[in-house]
Amino acid sequence: MPILTERKTQPQYDVIVVGSGAGGGMAALILALNGVKVLMIEAGRNYEPQKETPMFNTPEMAPLRGAPTPDRPFGFYDSNIGGWQVPGEPYTNKAGTQGNFWWWRARMLGGRTNHWGRIALRFGEFDFKPKSRDGLGVDWPVSYTDIAPWYDRVEQLIGVYGDNDGIANAPNSSPGVLMPPPKPRVGELLAKKAGEKFGVPVVAAHRAVLSQPLDWKNLPKTLFPNNPKAQEILGKDMMSRAACFWATHCVRGCSIRANFQSTTVLIPPALATGNLDIITDAMVREVIVDGSGKATGVHYIDKTTHRDAVAKARVVILAASACETSRILLNSKSRDAAGLANSSGQVGKNLMDSVGTRLGAHIPAMEDLPLMNEDGAGGLHVYSPWWLVNDHAKLGFARGYHIEMGGGRQMPEMKHFSILDSTSPGVYGRKLKDEARRYYGAQFGFAGRGEMIPNKDCYCELDPAVVDQWGIPVLRFHWKWSDHEIKQAEHMQQTFAAMLEAMGGKPKPQSGADAIQRPGEIIHEVGTARMGDKAAESVTNQYCQAWDVKNLFLMDGAVLPSNPDKNPTLTILALAWRSSEWLMEEMKRGNI
Amino acid sequence: MAELSFLSRREALKGLLSGAAGAAAVPAIAAPNETEQAPALRAARFVFHDPDFTQPVKFPWEKLFSAEELATTKALADLILPKDDSSPAASEVGVHDFINEWVSADYPEHHEDREIIRGGLGWLNTESFKRFTQRFEELGVERQSQIADDICDPAKAREEFKVGAAFFKRFRQLCLGGYYTHSATWKSLGYIGNISVGGPYPGVPKEVIEKLGLQDVV
Repeated sequence: MPILTERKTQPQYDVIVVGSGAGGGMAALILALNGVKVLMIEAGRNYEPQKETPMFNTPEMAPLRGAPTPDRPFGFYDSNIGGWQVPGEPYTNKAGTQGNFWWWRARMLGGRTNHWGRIALRFGEFDFKPKSRDGLGVDWPVSYTDIAPWYDRVEQLIGVYGDNDGIANAPNSSPGVLMPPPKPRVGELLAKKAGEKFGVPVVAAHRAVLSQPLDWKNLPKTLFPNNPKAQEILGKDMMSRAACFWATHCVRGCSIRANFQSTTVLIPPALATGNLDIITDAMVREVIVDGSGKATGVHYIDKTTHRDAVAKARVVILAASACETSRILLNSKSRDAAGLANSSGQVGKNLMDSVGTRLGAHIPAMEDLPLMNEDGAGGLHVYSPWWLVNDHAKLGFARGYHIEMGGGRQMPEMKHFSILDSTSPGVYGRKLKDEARRYYGAQFGFAGRGEMIPNKDCYCELDPAVVDQWGIPVLRFHWKWSDHEIKQAEHMQQTFAAMLEAMGGKPKPQSGADAIQRPGEIIHEVGTARMGDKAAESVTNQYCQAWDVKNLFLMDGAVLPSNPDKNPTLTILALAWRSSEWLMEEMKRGNI
Repeated sequence: MAELSFLSRREALKGLLSGAAGAAAVPAIAAPNETEQAPALRAARFVFHDPDFTQPVKFPWEKLFSAEELATTKALADLILPKDDSSPAASEVGVHDFINEWVSADYPEHHEDREIIRGGLGWLNTESFKRFTQRFEELGVERQSQIADDICDPAKAREEFKVGAAFFKRFRQLCLGGYYTHSATWKSLGYIGNISVGGPYPGVPKEVIEKLGLQDVV
């Protein structure tokens, strides 16, 4: 029984992986495929997408017609258990913070990979060396060429659609790696046409959704050339993943396993090896260290029995999400009050989210078109990579953003009709239905996702006075945007307004300060235990190995030294795979 | 130009692009707790925290409308969205039940709506009584319309109808939301998705490409 329902772990494992999302799932898969005995510890409950995903459920089957609520902010059918508030697990914001940080957590097997937008963009060559380019932040200890082969592997393993457009700092994948992207929908074509006016490229999005079946005959051999068992397991698993059937939104998860989530793509083959045990509902409190400073395991609270417990292993990998990983380190005080692996003092520092703003409008050209099914791939078909990568000197802000977009005839939600308050006051009866037909499906919007620069005012630390219901000290956040982010947000609004006007809309852009979304709201928080090439300035080396504790690895967003405008998941996956391979070599060499 | 949904106060915090990353959709909720504890973990799976999608979902709170309030809601919803050749009446797709749920939900935004809607239903019946000595749902469509015409446009409503107009605006919005989120209304609205499609995604039909002059960007 690989999911440990009897709550009994083995006395000793090779590796403990804390967390089951992108980083934890990938590490567990790679290690287990290579014969390493792994225990995965997940704070949330077991989650079975094939059974539980509400694929075709309609809003009338949900309370409140599926509308967002404080408990389910992305709507009733969002496949996330948790959110910005988790009952019994508070966090706080420090006096003097410019805005309250919102900390999103998933308490379920697979973590937030069950819910994410599946936007899978590679970081580019400039993204790994930001300081060399503009003097701000820090450079990564690796360059794009170090990571590129791992991006290829991840894209082949999980399945990503997109095109190679040869745009600066938006890297091409190797030939044959990407799946063909779905054709754009009508609003996306109108945006593309508008973009041509302003030099804004609108190209195929890169998303972790199978637009066709995986090449299960050949990919396993390519990915695991000297590992027949891995080939067999992956071959079977890939064969059983279906291609997208262009219905139901990815935010619900996917019971046919057409999109990527850890629970559909990484964990099933990892379990099939027989080398992985999973214990769910187990909240890790701290990493245990021996007298020599080596990690020996983790101390966790079994949520089902409310008992403290210890699991032991030769190596500990934390992949609990950036802030939770940092929290575990800060709470691991057995040797140092500053926490574990924190001789640099960088744990909890350098917290970054993406800069987000959005703007939408009614687009008259989209009214009264013939009936079309615009569900598509359950997310973006196109996006705009940052196009002014060489123009920062005159822009007045240092880093770029990409544009996400969407609209048209999506599954009706309550919000689609609020426009009628202003377009059609005084109307009721049959004429109101005409108005609804006219305006529904004729709305389109843009959302920016921009890079922020790490600064000393954005961090998390332990709150000295507050514990959660498990008795574990909670995080306290502090935040301040710099002018770079505010100006970037302003630029987004102006760009979106110009695009919407060119499409025939009459948008009302806001100032950057008003438009910028809350810290944490974009759910791309990273950086709180960054990698680097000097132990004095960073928490891990380029292989996610803690400088201070050789058998402790951090394989989630915590290690990212910068937060490029590309959503972090693909990079977390690539780093986790690369680091897991290096870890196994180090184990073989006897260094760990 | 009309103020758009995503820009209005009520909607400002709600999502625009249901399509984008964990990103674009944003909820209408207050800032997370400052230093106070979050509520204790609920013993059972709470339907709004951890729904069980394999079971029929039950509304977790007591529904607050009286039979009379529900009857008035039904009548007004059917006046606002009546049956026609291509689509059902509001009550046929349960809009009155939905509004009852909506005002009964135990969230701050819904408490606000509860006051507007319950007070408004009372106002409507009093107005109906004053004019016709009957409850609103007992009137014929013509008399119902006489009242509705006085309150349907907040900008044009006379001073004595302002309360009724504020109610009508919010009630109409809830009607639209409840009506079009029922799949029985979708075809008439122009939504034909939520079905599986084989092969590659078909893209935009040629006639639409030509109508909109998009040939050069396909």
